[in-house]
Amino acid sequence: MHWINVLVLTLMFLSGLQIFNAHPHLYWGNRSDPGKAIFSLDAREDQAGDLVGITRIGRHSFVTTGVLGVSDGSDGVPEARGFPSWLTVPGSTWLSMGRRWHFFFAWLFVLNGLCYCGYSLAGKHLQRDLWPTAAEWRGIGRSILDHVRFKHPHGDEALRYNILQKLAYLIVVFVFGVGIVLMGLAMSPRMDAVLNPLVAAVGGRQSARTIHFIIAWAFAAFVLIHLFEVLISGAFNQLRGMISGYYGVDAAPPAPPAAAPIAAEEQSHA
Amino acid sequence: MLDRRSLLRMVIGAAASTLTAACDRISDSSWAPKIFDRAEVLNRRVQGVLSPPGALAPEYREADISAVFRPNGTVMPSGAAYQSLLANGFRDYRLQVDGLVQRSAALSIGDLQGLDMRTQITRHDCVEGWSVIGKWQGTRLSAVLDHVGVASPARYVVFHCFDDMDPGTPYYESLDLAEARHPQTLLAYGLNDQPLPVPNGAPLRLRVGRQLGYKQAKYLKRIELLHSFAAIGDGNGGYWEDQGYEWYAGI
Repeated sequence: MHWINVLVLTLMFLSGLQIFNAHPHLYWGNRSDPGKAIFSLDAREDQAGDLVGITRIGRHSFVTTGVLGVSDGSDGVPEARGFPSWLTVPGSTWLSMGRRWHFFFAWLFVLNGLCYCGYSLAGKHLQRDLWPTAAEWRGIGRSILDHVRFKHPHGDEALRYNILQKLAYLIVVFVFGVGIVLMGLAMSPRMDAVLNPLVAAVGGRQSARTIHFIIAWAFAAFVLIHLFEVLISGAFNQLRGMISGYYGVDAAPPAPPAAAPIAAEEQSHA
Repeated sequence: MLDRRSLLRMVIGAAASTLTAACDRISDSSWAPKIFDRAEVLNRRVQGVLSPPGALAPEYREADISAVFRPNGTVMPSGAAYQSLLANGFRDYRLQVDGLVQRSAALSIGDLQGLDMRTQITRHDCVEGWSVIGKWQGTRLSAVLDHVGVASPARYVVFHCFDDMDPGTPYYESLDLAEARHPQTLLAYGLNDQPLPVPNGAPLRLRVGRQLGYKQAKYLKRIELLHSFAAIGDGNGGYWEDQGYEWYAGI
C-alpha cells in the first residue's frame, strides 16, 4: 500500500500542477476577482521583449524566470506557464489530459486510503502503534529536542514510532489525506449541490482550491522530510524493513550515569 | 565544480523529467485515455448518487455578484447571420426548436418570457479553475421542452450556436434530458438585470447550475432533440468534448 501511495501521490501532484497552470492564481472566497489573487505565477515582457516570470505572494513579488511563471516549453522556447514542464503531467500544456490523470488516480488514492484505514483499524495498527499514549504526550519536549539534534533511537525503541512520528503520520493521514479529498470534492460544481455547507465553511470554492493547493504542497514537504529522515536513520535497514519486514536493531549505547533518570523514564514508556 | 546542492538538484530534475516523459508517452498512447474514460463514467455515476439529480446548485445574495462577469471563448461572433441580427438589436431573433419533438417552434425572446421567467444568482466555474457569480434572468428549459413536447426516443438536447470556433466548426453542446429539465437549467436572456451583453452570449445562452463553464453554450441558434449526438461534430457531444474534455462536466 505504501508504494501504491508513492506512485499515486506523485502522479496526483504532477497532474494537479498541470491543472493549476490553467489558471495559476489563488484566491480566497467564492469568486476569483481580477487583482484579488493572494498567490500568482505571472509572466510579463521586459523592455527587450523577453518573458519574465513573476511569483507573487500577497504583496511580495519575486522574479522566478526559468522555474515559476516563465520556463522552457517542450520545444525549448521560454513560455508563460505557472509550474515548469518537468513538474507537470503531461509535460506540455494540456489541461484535459491532466484532468484525466488526476481524476483517474484520485480513485486509487481514495481506495488505497480506505484500505489503509480499514487495515489499520482491523489489525489494531492505529490503536497500538499510532495513537500516542499519555506518557508520550508528557515526553514530547524531549522527543523534539532529540529530533532537532538528529539523535535517533536505538535498540528496541527504534522499532516503535516515537511521538513526533505518530503525530506526523496521524496528521498526514487524517488531516492532509481527508482534507485534500474534501477540498477536491468542494471544487466540483455537481458536488456543491450537496456540499455547499462545507464550501461555505471554508470560505467558498476559491478558498477550497487554495486549501487543496496548500495541502498538496504540505504532502510534498512531508515526503521530502520523510525521505530525509529515512536516509539519515539508516536507509538500507529501513528499506529492507519496508520490503522484507526484517529490521536490524543495534545495541542501545550504554547510558552515561548522568542520563540515568531519563533512561529510567524511557523504560516507563514501554 | 559540482557541489552537493547542484548534484541533488540534477538528480531530482532528472528523476522528474524521466517520470514526466514516461507519463507523456502514456498520454499519447491509444489505450490510456480509454482507461481514464472508465473513471469518467464512474465519476458521473458516483456523483449522481452522492448528489441526487434534483439537488440544487447553491444560490447567492446580490452582494456576492462579481463586478464583471468575465467572458471566455468567443466574445463577438463574426458570421453574417449573427451580425445582421445584432444590427437590428435582435428584434428578428427566433430560437429554432426541432428534432424529436411533437411541434417544432421558432421562439422570440418575448415568446420565451411568456412561457416562464426565473431569476437566479449562481456561480460559474470555468474548467480552468476561476469562478464568477452572476444574476441570470431566463426561461427554464423544461418549460420550452413542455411547450414543444418531447417525442419518446429523444435522450439528448443539443444546442447549436452562432459562433464558429474554427472556420466551419460551430460551437455546440449537449445535455441529457434529466439535466435539461433541472429547475436551474435556463435559457438566459438577462445578466445582472440588463439584457445579456454580446460578450456573454447575446441574445440567448444556456445556464446549467451544476456543470462547468464550457457547458454554458452562448449565442444559441437552435435546439435539437436527438436520440444520440454521435453524428454531430466529432461525436463527443460538444466542441470542447471533441477536444478531449469530459462530456460530464460536473467536476
